[in-house]
Amino acid sequence: MSHFFTYAVLTATVASAIQYSTPFLMAALGETVGQRSGVLNLGVDGIMLLGAFGCYYVALETNNAALGVLVGIAIGAVLGLITAFMSVTLKAQQGISGIGIFIFGLGLSDLLFVKLVGTPVPVSRLHPWAIPLLSRIPAIGRMFFKQNVLVYIAFLMVPAIAFVLYRTNYGTKVLAVGENPAAADSLGISVARIRYSTVIFGSAMAGLAGATLLLLDGIFQQDLTQSAGFIAVALVYFGAWRPAGVMSGSLLYGIVTAVVLQWKSLGIIPLSAADLAATAPAVITVLALVALAGRFKQPAQLGKPYVRGA
Amino acid sequence: MPPVTTTEGPETKNAGAGGGPESASRVWKYVLRSVGSRRLFLSWLALPLSAVAALIIGALLILAFGANPLTGYHALVSGAFGGSYALASTAQKAVPLALVAVGICIAVRANVWNIGGEGQIVTGALAGTATALALPNLPTIVLLPLVLIASALAGAFWAGIAGFFKAYFNVNEILSTIMLNLVAVQVMNYLLSGPLVNKSQSFAVTGLIPQTKLLSQHAWLPTIVSGTQLNLGVVIAIAVAIAVYFLLWRTGFGFRIRAVGFSREAASYAGMPVKRTMMNAMFLSGACCGIAGAVLVFGSISHRMVTDGSLTGFTGNDGFNGIVVALFGGLNPLWSILSAYLFGGLLVGGTAMQAAIGVPTDLVTTIEGLVVVLVVSMEYLRRRARIHEEADEVEKGADRRTGLLKLTRARA
Repeated sequence: MSHFFTYAVLTATVASAIQYSTPFLMAALGETVGQRSGVLNLGVDGIMLLGAFGCYYVALETNNAALGVLVGIAIGAVLGLITAFMSVTLKAQQGISGIGIFIFGLGLSDLLFVKLVGTPVPVSRLHPWAIPLLSRIPAIGRMFFKQNVLVYIAFLMVPAIAFVLYRTNYGTKVLAVGENPAAADSLGISVARIRYSTVIFGSAMAGLAGATLLLLDGIFQQDLTQSAGFIAVALVYFGAWRPAGVMSGSLLYGIVTAVVLQWKSLGIIPLSAADLAATAPAVITVLALVALAGRFKQPAQLGKPYVRGA
Repeated sequence: MPPVTTTEGPETKNAGAGGGPESASRVWKYVLRSVGSRRLFLSWLALPLSAVAALIIGALLILAFGANPLTGYHALVSGAFGGSYALASTAQKAVPLALVAVGICIAVRANVWNIGGEGQIVTGALAGTATALALPNLPTIVLLPLVLIASALAGAFWAGIAGFFKAYFNVNEILSTIMLNLVAVQVMNYLLSGPLVNKSQSFAVTGLIPQTKLLSQHAWLPTIVSGTQLNLGVVIAIAVAIAVYFLLWRTGFGFRIRAVGFSREAASYAGMPVKRTMMNAMFLSGACCGIAGAVLVFGSISHRMVTDGSLTGFTGNDGFNGIVVALFGGLNPLWSILSAYLFGGLLVGGTAMQAAIGVPTDLVTTIEGLVVVLVVSMEYLRRRARIHEEADEVEKGADRRTGLLKLTRARA
């Protein structure tokens, strides 16, 4: 245990925890916006997988990771359009249509990988970019300000999304559509248009999350996400549909993951129990869901399609 | 193809009402009325059309890879249904799918979504394996039922956790079951790398997959057609499906499940124990998935519990595939058997297709996802068509149906 509480190990653990939490944070923030407008998008994991593959393929072919990230976002947006069409226009059962998107993404991402790439070749990962001055602060600089640019983007999105949701006209419409679409409709707000926009935004964030996850290791593989998309949806519940809450949930998840990995490599957890320790993040998520259930009110119309006059 | 109405459709109801020439003319009238509208199209052809559309998109993907979709699908169909060996392999593959699908039917009828089939298969298989390892010398007639019961209980327990949290803490069951999948897989990896592992297996040899030792022969599922892999699992799956069908539509317990699924408020107002019913539905659902786990281990060729450590592991993603099967089977246990056979064929034939045109079996997963997407998208159109149909019938004063029938049709 004493090896763990050293300066170098602790700062490295926190720094990697922040890295691990980034994809979850991105996907969960996008999902938060969608859920606040009343749409439960459970296809996040499939969208992440396809976004990750798109990013991988483009980065491999063009040797340009930034372009890959943009493609990941674009793929997410296209899948978001399909998701919105199903859940808003066709009023499909949202939980299970999302599972359909997940299975579709799981199959198609690996299909494309096997056919177009075949042997896994790593693409160049994103290099950390030290923020001038801030990164010089002892300990804190190493933990927080020597990350890659996507990490900064993800964490800057938290106040940005909170601002849009709570302080702008558009955000108010989103909240109104999620709480009482009939009232919003009677005031001339287009429920469908708001929900399309939030779902497309959320899915684009999921595509970005997939690209971010991919660039952590730079290699695509079958089922790369390992249910990360579903965990992101759980984190939205955990964070009580608030951007700041979602961020703390993502950080907790990242910290638990990083600590378990660090303890494993330091031998604090015996190798034989490593698999059991790996359940910790999922177990903690379930317990957190139970502990927090009912404490916060979910968007009143979450998962319910809006039918005028019904 | 599974009809939309899950019990008696209106035509069978009408046909049964009069008897003789009168009933025949009623059926005829119904057919005539249906043809005149979009109703027949939407209510009877929605599911087959979804499948065809998914296959067409699959064919476009094959074309995009520069292969011939006709050659591919021909290989798929003959690999799945050509000859007795293929038919038996497909049946064998369909068994766990059908068991999971039947489990899904129970849960969804109570309006609880059990996405945790994977985890319940794993825990079921672990419990069955542990039982067989602990009591290897019991005779088959004792050991096999014991193994199945242990698996069912373990699966039920695993689903029950999510059911309990859903019923009493209102925790989203889709999320909790997914988390429990992750936990179950890690627990399996732990048990198969330690307590349950084959001690004689040398881990120094790289690339060796963790597995148990050869399980007691007394717990093997006996082959029922010699020369094929077809074993007792088929009988178990069909028996479970029939039992669940009767449970859901012929018992008070099943009625409560469907009533709770239709409207929690109404069921509660009628004095039904809503929370307990939801939990029990989840419990039974998990039991079916647990049995699927036992069938996967004790009906396998290796007769060991093997893991490759990946998420899809020995389950072959059946926990998710079972959801597709159940949806395609109209959430009816009996139609789910047929649906499982078709999807089993898709999975078995996918390997043959891969050999013939070099397009990996992931194409089958992709097509499955599309089927789910299309089926749920058509559901709204189907529901609208049904509302129109009911309005028509009420107008004619022909609404003789009981509350129960109405309930089942509205939920379908």
